[in-house]
Amino acid sequence: MSAQFLQFLLAGLTVGAIYALVALGFSIIYNASQVINFAQGEFVMIGGMCTVWLANAGWPLPAAIAAAVLVAAAVGLALEKLAVEPARGASVVTLIIITIGASILLRGLATIVWDKNIHPLKAFSGEAPIQLGGATLLPQSLWVLGVTVVIVLLLSWFFGRTLLGKALLATSHNRLAAQLVGINVRHVLLASFGLSAALGAVAGILVAPITFTAWDVGVMLGLKGFAAAILGGMGSGPGAVLGGLVLGIVEAMGAGYVSSAYKDAIAFVIILAVLFFLPSGLLGRRSSDRV
Amino acid sequence: MLEAKALASHYGRIPALKGIDLAVREGELVALVGANGAGKTTLLRALSGVQPVSAGCVLFDGEDITRASPHWRVRRGIVQVPEGRQVFGPLSVEDNLLLGGYTRKRAEGARGLERVYAMFPMLRDKRREAAGTLSGGQQQMLAMGRALMAQPRLLLLDEPSMGLAPRLVEEVFETVHALKSAGTTIFLVDQNARAALAIADRAYVLETGTIVHAGTGAELLASKQVQAAYLGL
Repeated sequence: MSAQFLQFLLAGLTVGAIYALVALGFSIIYNASQVINFAQGEFVMIGGMCTVWLANAGWPLPAAIAAAVLVAAAVGLALEKLAVEPARGASVVTLIIITIGASILLRGLATIVWDKNIHPLKAFSGEAPIQLGGATLLPQSLWVLGVTVVIVLLLSWFFGRTLLGKALLATSHNRLAAQLVGINVRHVLLASFGLSAALGAVAGILVAPITFTAWDVGVMLGLKGFAAAILGGMGSGPGAVLGGLVLGIVEAMGAGYVSSAYKDAIAFVIILAVLFFLPSGLLGRRSSDRV
Repeated sequence: MLEAKALASHYGRIPALKGIDLAVREGELVALVGANGAGKTTLLRALSGVQPVSAGCVLFDGEDITRASPHWRVRRGIVQVPEGRQVFGPLSVEDNLLLGGYTRKRAEGARGLERVYAMFPMLRDKRREAAGTLSGGQQQMLAMGRALMAQPRLLLLDEPSMGLAPRLVEEVFETVHALKSAGTTIFLVDQNARAALAIADRAYVLETGTIVHAGTGAELLASKQVQAAYLGL
């Protein structure tokens, strides 16, 4: 394996892990409500911007990060409570348009609360690159990959082992039956928005030292996460992770070997290709239930 | 125990229930029979709180629960086995059962699991398998087991024998009878009117959203009109 290939692979895995986290947020809300939450990218932006803002105000980095995740989760809960829940019973398309409106509002608020500048964030543990088989790796990339692994493990424990996680899955599979066993499906929806927002914020914080952050970073990261979720199969947790990593690697290879001018186009070509040829994605549900 | 008074419900502007009056007393097995589209499922859904009620009220233990949420009703002991089983297909049999006990304490869930497995040993053998891979009859047992996990005081059964082979239909009705003998109050809807009326203490006949006959199971079985309309005699 050439050093150059390894370099592109590491870059792709890093950015792919970020896409995976964003894609997981899309999938969790989609499962709970069939809604594609186009405000998902704004949670990413809020996470990064809020951390920068608090860190600049003199907060220690860990405290700033924790607070930023909580702020984003609170925004997610508020979005569900104030915008999605009052429209209960509306069609899914209406709800999706509501989330688009919410994303525009959140971007606008970010320019007022913060500003329109691009902000750097200090890397969590230094900037000294690590040499690895001829390629270099930033310590921040290790943070991105490590935290993503931990989050994926936590999520699979939550959905696979806890009754609350299974209640979320059950609600996504059969809302009526979930209500009839006594699951409060409104709480499930609220929880899914809070959880997705927190995931998005973590992604935004992890990536901020690498790509910097600004009021509008959520647009592109949100779309990339959406592409990853579509690629993996909307609603599938493992699919979101796989889709994110594949998208990140393909993008890095494309930028490295073809031209970096096409970097962002690759995600959209992938969306189109998946929708044409593999509409349920790599790991999506192919409905085959016995009735 | 349960009382519906002038209960009405609509799908859009189309009335599905036009003022239903009925009562289920503690320990009784009450059956509801009627043709397809008469509103049987709508009535059960209204009683569970998953179908909006446009007029009238539902009383449980004398308390007005017309506006109560579905999960609150489950907590109070009104538990439904829905039409078409509605098991959580991708989840395992055991997870389906544990979710049935979602409103109960963890320790009660473990005890409930043992009771359900004792009642349906087949479910214990298949407990690790995805519920969606079970046969129709097995899914029906699972749906019943899931409802029992919630420790129902009033069990609402919607078409438990639908689409099952005759031998399994018999098994389902035996189970219903056993549950009644164990003290569970049951409100049973079934297209198999003869079998339902035969095991029912009392029964109602529903026609296009209105109750048209009421009486003991035996009375309705003997009634000329009911025989002509629902028993094919």
